Amino acid sequence: MTRVLGWLAALALLAGLGMAFAVAPREATQGTVQRIMYVHVPSVWVAYCAFVVVFVASIAYLATRAEAADRLAHASAEVGVLFTGLTIATGSIWGKPTWGTWWTWDARLTSVAVLFVMYVGYLLLRGMIDEGERAARYAAVLGVVAALNIPLVHFSVLWWRTLHQPPSLMKPGPSSMPPVIVRALLVNFAAFALLYLYFVAKRVRLLRLEGEAGA
Amino acid sequence: MIFARRAWSVVWKDLLVERRSKETLNALAFFSLLLLFVFQFALGPDRERLAAALPGLLWLGFVLAGLLGLGRTFVLERENDCWEGLILAPGDKSAIYVGKLAANVTLMLVVEGLILLLFAVFFNVDLAPALTGLALVMILGTVGLAAVGTLFAAMTAQVRARELLFPVLLLPVQVPVLLGTVKATEAVLLGEPLGAVGHWLGLLAAADVIYIVTGLLTFDFLLES
Repeated sequence: MTRVLGWLAALALLAGLGMAFAVAPREATQGTVQRIMYVHVPSVWVAYCAFVVVFVASIAYLATRAEAADRLAHASAEVGVLFTGLTIATGSIWGKPTWGTWWTWDARLTSVAVLFVMYVGYLLLRGMIDEGERAARYAAVLGVVAALNIPLVHFSVLWWRTLHQPPSLMKPGPSSMPPVIVRALLVNFAAFALLYLYFVAKRVRLLRLEGEAGA
Repeated sequence: MIFARRAWSVVWKDLLVERRSKETLNALAFFSLLLLFVFQFALGPDRERLAAALPGLLWLGFVLAGLLGLGRTFVLERENDCWEGLILAPGDKSAIYVGKLAANVTLMLVVEGLILLLFAVFFNVDLAPALTGLALVMILGTVGLAAVGTLFAAMTAQVRARELLFPVLLLPVQVPVLLGTVKATEAVLLGEPLGAVGHWLGLLAAADVIYIVTGLLTFDFLLES
């Protein structure tokens, strides 16, 4: 089952690459470097989804004490941190030639950076506790606090950078993009989502085996 | 009613111990003074630069003192082996959270008042006209800081490298509170009306409510063992 998922993810990634390089048009002003968007944007979407999964799995663990829920939260946090890191790295690579800088304290960059350190802290906490049951309990509480904090971080950072409340909460979304770019983005998003599922499935299995070996 | 009395007995116990030993308060007062030295050395004698950095420095001082103070929330219980005694207290465990939170907020506000006084004297700034606005921002910010701090202190109390883990967990979560308080303090010190920073005060109040409710609901899970 996991293997099928892995192959599906690999195929979807290939298709995504094809869409990004062959089908989607070359951007007029930025040139080929703009194609990094097809990695950058899907990874941040997947990262947010991963942290929502951590939130839901944490609540499920606190409610039911099912170890499976804890393993899901743990795995999803790890993969979420990975994709957040990927977002920041690809963003920097994209930013250098287009903005002329690797990093700027723009609102969205800052939110993602805060998200990153928050969940690195989550993984640190997990690593510091040896008893599995307590690590699960504490991490679940932190998973809930961190997720509830995301909207607060989002608004505070937005107001901090722009000084004034923006006219609308909706960002200029993909609707302003040509449909071919939207399609390429969605294919890549599907590929990254499959990759996320594959990583999480692998990691959950590994955590289960680790637990069995330790017990 | 019983809940309030249980919370009150925790507050009373903690503040009484603190009043008699003055352990945390003395150390934090001295630490605050040292912070002033550090800020002065870092910025030099330039008054303009100081005025521009004042809101940030003020909250840097509050947060650093807070990290030290809040991290010690459960030190008394751990060092004197009273952890079980605290947990064995009858009834809802969230009363312990409320009590610890109230004691922390009280202690923090005392230290913050002291830091404010030190700033006014040593940096020669007139804070008097902004005092009401400043007090409001300080209360909103301190409650937010302490609400998460108390929860995380319970979380890290029994963990190795707790002195390290506590700030590492608390600081990222406190980004909204830090941004809100610094921005609001900046406006207040410039003499702007509070209405101009209404959205920040709203955000801080919302953060306080979210943090306290989360703390009430999850504190139970941290104490069982």
